[in-house]
Amino acid sequence: MSTETVKGKVYVENRQLVLPGELLAEGDVQAQSPYIYKVGEKYYSAIIGLASVEDNKLNIIPLEGFYLPKVGDLVIGLIIDVGITNWIVDIRAPYRAIMNASDALNRQFNPIQDDLRKYFDVGDYVLAKISLFDRVHNPVLTIKDRGLGKIVHGRIVEIQVSKVPRVIGKKRTMINMLMNETGCDIVVAQNGRIWINCSNKELEDILILALKKIEAEAHTTGLTDRTRNFIREEKARRGL
Amino acid sequence: MGKKADIKLIREDGLRHDGRKPDELRPIKMEVGVLNNANGSALVEFGKTKVLAAVYGPRELHPRHMSLPDRAVIRCRYHMAPFSTEERKSPAPSRREIELSKVIREALEPVIFSELYPRATIDIFIEVLQADGGTRTTGITAASLALADAGIPIRDLVAGVAVGKVDGVLVLDIDQVEDEFGEADMPVAMMPTLGRITLLQLNGVLTPEEFKEALRLAEKGIKEIYKLQREALRKRYVEVSLEE
Repeated sequence: MSTETVKGKVYVENRQLVLPGELLAEGDVQAQSPYIYKVGEKYYSAIIGLASVEDNKLNIIPLEGFYLPKVGDLVIGLIIDVGITNWIVDIRAPYRAIMNASDALNRQFNPIQDDLRKYFDVGDYVLAKISLFDRVHNPVLTIKDRGLGKIVHGRIVEIQVSKVPRVIGKKRTMINMLMNETGCDIVVAQNGRIWINCSNKELEDILILALKKIEAEAHTTGLTDRTRNFIREEKARRGL
Repeated sequence: MGKKADIKLIREDGLRHDGRKPDELRPIKMEVGVLNNANGSALVEFGKTKVLAAVYGPRELHPRHMSLPDRAVIRCRYHMAPFSTEERKSPAPSRREIELSKVIREALEPVIFSELYPRATIDIFIEVLQADGGTRTTGITAASLALADAGIPIRDLVAGVAVGKVDGVLVLDIDQVEDEFGEADMPVAMMPTLGRITLLQLNGVLTPEEFKEALRLAEKGIKEIYKLQREALRKRYVEVSLEE
């Protein structure tokens, strides 16, 4: 099965499941994913994912994977250590993130007088942005922006990183539907942690179940409608 | 287990001691994602050989000074469970296990895009739960499935199988008895789509012609195993979508 384009040959269909080592295309095509590699004139997949084919543009949406930091990403970090002038933060990436006190406090800061534990302690969650990251440096976080900072209420739900785009949906359809149906506040961070803030426990439970359902069925179609029905059924069952 | 005289490795009807044809694999079972706390995992059975592989990472490497500035360090541990053999095996890593860990690591290193994750580590754990010959190739087969399951970019899946020579006949996928009493044992691992060999060992003596034939036989077996590997990875996603 192959689609002849003007220049190259594409062997996979749109939304087809591809596995590592699978031949995707040959000749002059545009590979737009870091998970596509080239040997001679042939393009192969390096991971498990769904192919996305548009003319001769080729991409793979990963189905498994972990978080790789990118500058500008919104992440939810967990403080794992407090230093003299910085915090060490787990962001579910291969590298630990650093949050500097000068970036977190909106004032001059003196390491002799100030104890950083007063602001963030081990076990606290923080909503932050990645301000620096490259091959030689660990990611650096900042909370100098609107809405960023310590998370003091609500709950954190963890999902697989590869399922994050599905929870948001095309043009935010999925997340808007979730917020409308449950009335909860939802913040989806790029590292697969989701901050939810609900008015009552029942709605919170339903929302967590819905998120887990999206995570499990991320590669299927018609998920938004199914999840909406699921939430309505659960609400009816619990008499909400 | 008896002496060589007790066991006929090739029976009168030309079949092997367990009833297989010379170019026949043992029944193979594969399951991916068996461990919840590993980033990727797989359980693979070749007949009575049963191997569990788990992959963790890429993650931070401790001690730090071992890390490499340009790529991830790949660490591999091959270990046989004390209950995996007929006589209890000491759980301490033996000379053989240390060497096999290195050999398996080198069979997997060329497929992993480790340069994407500088300063990090990818840890591969291979635990033999039941040993009946061919544990290193089963381990490689399982580990490559676990790597794919972890979402680590790899060039191809790696599949492995051992070819042996028993009673002068070249046979595919030898088991413990054939390994012990046979004349040669040649484990091979390959990236099948790219046609590259990542592991090739030979214990015993083969003529150049026999060697070529053995390699051809291994390739045939590996292609079959590769198909099963792909099926095992696919199955997870098909199953989930059929649940509704």
